[in-house]
Amino acid sequence: MTLNATIQKSAPASTPVPKDASQKRQKKMIADHFDRLATANEEGRKVVYTFVPGNLTELISAFGMLPVLPEINALQSGMRGKSGGYISEAERAGHSEDVCSYVKCDLGMLKSGNIGPTGKPLPKPDLLLLSYTGCFTFMKWFEILQQEYRCPVVMLHVPYQAEGRITDEMRDYVVQQLVSEVIPAMERATGRKLDEAALQEKMNLSSRAEDALVRVWESARHRPSPIDGYFGGVYYIGPIFSAFRGSPDAVLYYEELAAEVEDRISRGEGPMTPDGPMGPERYRLIVEGPPNWTNFNEFWRMFSRERAVVVASTYTRVGGLYDLGFRHSATDPLRSLADYCLGCYTNRSLPSRVDLLEKYIRDYSADGFLINSVKSCNSFSAGQLLMLRELEKRTGVPGGFIESDLVDPRYFGRANVENRLQSYLQMLESRRNSRAAS
Amino acid sequence: MTQMPELDPARDVVRRAIALNEENALAPLKSWKSSHPGQLAIGHMPIYVPRPLLEAMDCLPVAVFGGGEKEIVRGDSYFQSYICHVPRSTIELGLCGALGDLDGMIFPAICDVIRNLSGMWQILFPHVYTAYLDLPQNFRPEVGGRFYRRELERISRELAGRGATPCSFDSLRRAIRDENERRAALERLSVCRQREPWRVPASEAYLLTRAGSALPAAEHRKLVDDYLGAVARRAGFARDNVRVVLVGAFCEQPPLALIRSLERAGCDIVEDDFQLGFTYLAGAIDEDTADPLDALVRAFLEKGAATASRYIGEEEKGAALVRRVRHAGADGVIFAAASFCDPALLDQPMLEAALERAGVPYTSFKFAENTGQFQVIREQAGAFSDAVRLWEAAP
Repeated sequence: MTLNATIQKSAPASTPVPKDASQKRQKKMIADHFDRLATANEEGRKVVYTFVPGNLTELISAFGMLPVLPEINALQSGMRGKSGGYISEAERAGHSEDVCSYVKCDLGMLKSGNIGPTGKPLPKPDLLLLSYTGCFTFMKWFEILQQEYRCPVVMLHVPYQAEGRITDEMRDYVVQQLVSEVIPAMERATGRKLDEAALQEKMNLSSRAEDALVRVWESARHRPSPIDGYFGGVYYIGPIFSAFRGSPDAVLYYEELAAEVEDRISRGEGPMTPDGPMGPERYRLIVEGPPNWTNFNEFWRMFSRERAVVVASTYTRVGGLYDLGFRHSATDPLRSLADYCLGCYTNRSLPSRVDLLEKYIRDYSADGFLINSVKSCNSFSAGQLLMLRELEKRTGVPGGFIESDLVDPRYFGRANVENRLQSYLQMLESRRNSRAAS
Repeated sequence: MTQMPELDPARDVVRRAIALNEENALAPLKSWKSSHPGQLAIGHMPIYVPRPLLEAMDCLPVAVFGGGEKEIVRGDSYFQSYICHVPRSTIELGLCGALGDLDGMIFPAICDVIRNLSGMWQILFPHVYTAYLDLPQNFRPEVGGRFYRRELERISRELAGRGATPCSFDSLRRAIRDENERRAALERLSVCRQREPWRVPASEAYLLTRAGSALPAAEHRKLVDDYLGAVARRAGFARDNVRVVLVGAFCEQPPLALIRSLERAGCDIVEDDFQLGFTYLAGAIDEDTADPLDALVRAFLEKGAATASRYIGEEEKGAALVRRVRHAGADGVIFAAASFCDPALLDQPMLEAALERAGVPYTSFKFAENTGQFQVIREQAGAFSDAVRLWEAAP
């Protein structure tokens, strides 16, 4: 089942939500990708497992390989109600309750036959591409998978932007690894040389899709915002964060999506929600942190029923911060890929994450910002309470804080999350009223 | 120990070590600062920071392992309940002024929490030098080595900009020599402990090692050698204990009472990864080289310990642990990871699998640096100790 199908399934049966053309296109793209994966072995196509932040999709596809992204598998398992069982399976095998639920969900899925969203088994990897970008757990995750699959693994160590900027030393290091480690590993896996012209073409296509995606993100500056940049946003990032960056399909999808969003602006419409169009916009929020996937629609409705729209979010930037100007470039593809990896959101220092959130609060005229702190992800979560204080201090905009998890259903406390969110929104309302009175 | 404390020939040196461990082993810092006006004291988090680079610049490297059992007043408000304890107690130390004599803090790459703590430090203590040391996960000299060298040059340059003596190759060679001598002394301590654990209990080895947190390498080496000289005169006898390797406590440190509880439960800890940074390199740094900075880089690339935060490529996970068990002549392994420690806990199932393949028994528990109750752990360790003895006795 695709993400779109999941959301449709949860919508009330009496009020089917009409699908836009871009939604239909995305659904077909994703289904086709999983079909290709299902037949990869028969057709002799090589398969690379890799991660979303710092993914090298253009390079992978220039070698004719197909990517599998375990985080995406895990979140889809969460949305399909399967993650709880998978996590239990991994914990029975000795994995600690303290560690990342994505990892445990993926391992449980593997132990249960590695069945993909189309109901067919996912192929085993021919190569594990460990893009060590912004998350320490990635390294342990692929060490565990390497023990399971006994296949080649190649590490791309992406230095952390501790000072909030990319230095020449960092860039050189990543490029050197691409040249001396990653590309040779792909050449060994596929038995062919890198087609540089194909890579350049894909970089150009990526750039076009990224232009269109930025149009979508920035549409939320309008009042009312035509999109929800968090709950809706996770659907928008699906193609570009996974298998489709650098493809003609991605360009078509994002240009179609941007045109649809701009049509919504011209009609003065707000975002779609699981239950159809949202009513008049009441609160504009920025959200930091990944969403909860096990109760995704329920979580979304807690916002949409209060007519709270998320105008920008940081989770939707983990696979690339295009709205800060980065574009994949065909001029020097490896250098450009290095800059892409280095620039992902969770690879940025805590102060620069605060700077970005402050910028979003101001640029998107937000009434408030909310942190969804997930237990599983220390890369996001460690330091968020200080970020909250800093942002309040800098902007005067009040922050809210809720806690949940990525895909462990035991950590989604429905009443607790809803109480906190409603209290927070009431506080925003009260603040707005007192401002109006003064 | 079988003797009354006053008869113990190591009594005085152990007392010195205990005194040096006061205030989370930061006790010597104040006196060093007053006797070295204008020189910089630079804190660093676990696991590994190349301390000779700092000493070569006349800086005092200070290993910071968190606040131990110190009461947390403000630190908890900076972290969610599912984050390990060491960052909250380190923030507590910073906010209460216990780290006020430090001119800087270095946060080496170990995990996402310590990485993000570096950014928190930048925000909370803007006037303190703060550096994140990105240790390479690529171990080719021309790739990861080149990057690492540039990292060290950057930190060296930045410290010089803050008033440290610029690093020269001569001063770096001297510092490397001191570090090698310290490492050799700690190796002698380890050998003595493995040969005669009754003579060097793990709890004392822990104190002796951690006492070096805020000492120059040469002073620490002397302390360890004094201890070894003293314990050589200790009378005693081997006990019917099991010999264990303890792994998982390379960052957040357990309370000393926890280590003693394990000893009382019949476990001789003959090998561990406490304060791993001091013994991270398996062997000396090259002293006879025209380029000592290159020697420091190569030592990291070639001799770094196989710990959870270091990528080992397609090597067999756990093989290094099995080798350590064999080398130490251990009967089993105790996994002692800090709660919510991602590196240790994500590594553990892979290490357990390797031990099972090798037929090495193990047990595991979690701790926090401020754990106050040890009865359950003691009973668990006692049961493990008994089981290992029975296992050995089985036909």
